[in-house]
Amino acid sequence: MSVGFVMLVHEALNRAEQVARHWAGKGCPVVIHVDRRVPRAEYDAFARSLSDFDNILFSTRHRCEWGTWSLVEATITATRLMLRRFAEVRHVYLASGSCLPLRPVEELIAYLEERPLTNFIESVTTEDVPWTVGGLDSERFTLRFPFSWKRHRRLFDGYVKLQRKIGFRRRIPLGLVPHMGSQWWCLTRQTLTTIFDDPDYEEYVRYFRKVWIPDESYFQTMVRLYSANIESRSLTLSKFDFQGKPHIFYDDHLQLLRRSDCFVARKIWPHADRLYQSFLSESAGTVTRAEPNPGKIDRLFSKAVERRTRGRPGLYMQSRFPNQGWENGKTSAQYSVFQGFAELFEDFEAWLGRVVGARVHGHLFAPERVEFAAGAEVFAGALTDSAAIRDYNPRAFFTNLIWNTRGERQCFQYGPRDNQEVGWFMATDPNAQISVISGAWAVPLFHSNRDFSEIRKEAARLQKIESEFLDTLRSPWAKARVRIWTMADFVEAPMEPLQTIIDEIGTRSAHRLTAAPRMVSLDGFGQFLQNLKNQGMHPHLMGDFPTGIATVQNRPSAGKPYLVK
Amino acid sequence: MGAISSYRLRLQRKRWRIRAFRKRRELTAVNNRTDRIAPGDILVFSTLRNERVRLPYFLRYYRNMGVNHFLIVDNGSDDGSAEYLQEQKDVSLWTTTHSYKRARFGVDWLNWLQRRYAHGHWCLVVDPDEFLVYPFCDTRPLRALTDWLDASSIRSFGTMLLDMYPKGPLGAQPYREGQDPFEIAGWFDSGNYMIRKNGKFGNLWIQGGPRTRAFFSDNPERSPALNKIPLVRWDRRYTYVSSTHMLLPRGLNLVYDEWGGEKASGCLLHAKFLDTFAAKAEEELTRRQHYANSHEYRAYEARLRENPDLWCRWSEKYINWRQLEILGLMSKGNWA
Repeated sequence: MSVGFVMLVHEALNRAEQVARHWAGKGCPVVIHVDRRVPRAEYDAFARSLSDFDNILFSTRHRCEWGTWSLVEATITATRLMLRRFAEVRHVYLASGSCLPLRPVEELIAYLEERPLTNFIESVTTEDVPWTVGGLDSERFTLRFPFSWKRHRRLFDGYVKLQRKIGFRRRIPLGLVPHMGSQWWCLTRQTLTTIFDDPDYEEYVRYFRKVWIPDESYFQTMVRLYSANIESRSLTLSKFDFQGKPHIFYDDHLQLLRRSDCFVARKIWPHADRLYQSFLSESAGTVTRAEPNPGKIDRLFSKAVERRTRGRPGLYMQSRFPNQGWENGKTSAQYSVFQGFAELFEDFEAWLGRVVGARVHGHLFAPERVEFAAGAEVFAGALTDSAAIRDYNPRAFFTNLIWNTRGERQCFQYGPRDNQEVGWFMATDPNAQISVISGAWAVPLFHSNRDFSEIRKEAARLQKIESEFLDTLRSPWAKARVRIWTMADFVEAPMEPLQTIIDEIGTRSAHRLTAAPRMVSLDGFGQFLQNLKNQGMHPHLMGDFPTGIATVQNRPSAGKPYLVK
Repeated sequence: MGAISSYRLRLQRKRWRIRAFRKRRELTAVNNRTDRIAPGDILVFSTLRNERVRLPYFLRYYRNMGVNHFLIVDNGSDDGSAEYLQEQKDVSLWTTTHSYKRARFGVDWLNWLQRRYAHGHWCLVVDPDEFLVYPFCDTRPLRALTDWLDASSIRSFGTMLLDMYPKGPLGAQPYREGQDPFEIAGWFDSGNYMIRKNGKFGNLWIQGGPRTRAFFSDNPERSPALNKIPLVRWDRRYTYVSSTHMLLPRGLNLVYDEWGGEKASGCLLHAKFLDTFAAKAEEELTRRQHYANSHEYRAYEARLRENPDLWCRWSEKYINWRQLEILGLMSKGNWA
């Protein structure tokens, strides 16, 4: 009792020869089908090179085209030849020219010996198949496909569309339940002969001739008619990417393949010398009976597919530049934006750094220079503090900054004096935590020693900018976690809002804040606002600051005014 | 993209092709060994001038990668570059003393040679100071990549030019012939690149890195482009438009994914900043043969007198392609 290999060969004949030699040398009969498109001379040389084996046969050649019946036809011809000529064969293993045995044949034989009646073929109903390409699953069985998908894609697509439109459907022969699965199977003589000897064989063939990609469905469907002993998995390790084309194995996959305990893998890059050398020269020491375990390889390839389809969030590079709305994460990590805090508190940055243990920058978008933490001139990723470079592409600057500091939360100050180009970007980014004390920009003006007319003009400008930013933050498209307080509300009770923000950042301890940052003196600020009003400007973003009354925070308790336990 | 602008680009492509055809007369074949090019060979195309000291390592690097033939235009070297190249069995050499600038910085010459010899081949267009790094380049030859691109129906492979620089003043460590330039210039900027999309040609326009940081901080918009598409399965109808930054037909420029995914891409390590740089910059400035009135070289010159150090505290030391991939400077895409 033994296993026989049917090989479908299209290219890299030298590799197919090596593998055929390997199997035949171990006493397993091999029937090879060579694609008709391989030139005559090449085929002859190939056949001659294997003529020293009497258990290698060549079947009638067919012209094979991907996605068509010709592949199944080639398989049937070769399999029939195998069954006819090698009576001792119990399992037929369908392989391709770019397959490589990973374990000694003896182990495969022993494995099959223990399961003499089992058919190994992946066979799943169309509803359960997630991997079809181009949205064709059940329609593979009900439409007609006279045009080549590879050569006449437009005609192919057009004809499919037309059939959908007019509601054309082929009739599926009675009793058939369409199943699909990997093209590479290992079936028993019993099952195969029942398929081929069925009186309705011709009718089924007629039907499948016009099915799309029948090599993934003919045997997969037919076995369900005749055998109850089906292991729905392929013994051949074969992975597909998101376009439905097989992943290729290279020399650097050697260890991974070895540890997979699969019997055969495809597809192997023809120039992967080390793989061919290692796996074909290995002789069976002690026959291990390990079950195939392709888990690691599965993970490797599913990660590759994910990288190709989803990518790394927040990364912009030469091969990933998502259209708006398709970023799958505009930035790579969460960050906090503070507007008005540094103006209202004297030592806000230092205080915040102590409390949350994150990187706290000054005004990153300040007009003079980029105020990196600790006054650095260069920061992560070699970003410089040049305002000109930053303003040339503020969005790139910003996404770079967040990307470069993955693993460390960034906090920075923002305000109406700063470059506003990233405002919309941040507001629509779910990674952003934006806290605004509106109107706090007036405090530095209040403390500045400038002409009042100048101050009035600047105040009007800043108020306009901030109010536009607030509109952005309140727009229905904003996705950031936004908190806005008027300055009047905030100074009334600053601890609670601060606590909320810090809790949300949640990097360090969960305990209550004990020390508040020191607020700047606001004596006379109300009068200052009144003066602005008297000059005809209307400062409204601060909320209601009563004129002349000393504001709350200036009670004499200087040390720890808001000690809350 | 409307029919009219599409047609305009078609006309433009034809114009560049005609121009390349006219410029063919400026080239004199010194050693045409192109009859040795076999079907499926991978080709390198390059224009150079006075790069003798760099050539041995350049040729070795790409030979080891699996490049089969080099097609090189020598633009009037007087340092023995041409003589050296003539001795190499896998190099076909053309010379010209015509204007580099008027051949659109060598693009016309190479467009012609590619049209003539590269049809159906994968070809790589690089300068002698550009070294391709692609995913798995330490374990898989270039042919593994091109075979995979073929199987995936991808015609062009995108990269970013990654400027490499030494630690310390540029002139401090002299470059010896045959030496790996990245033993000296082993540092790079990992995350200060700025990207925009070029609506007309559909390519990305990337700027940034140490050159922007050190030489163009006052007018960053003039800093050189770093987007490159050097590896293309060539067809005689294709043409490069501007250096290897972009091509026509414009579909070839779509080497990036727009729907959130990452396509496979590489880097061109740029060994420009060696001790040879100051002399080169001075020469180029007097020749005035470079892009946009050589403003790039003028910017260099101003700074070079101070013998600048491009290195900074956040510079990264180059290790391998995996490091670049983790930093997000290139991607494996779905190649695994």
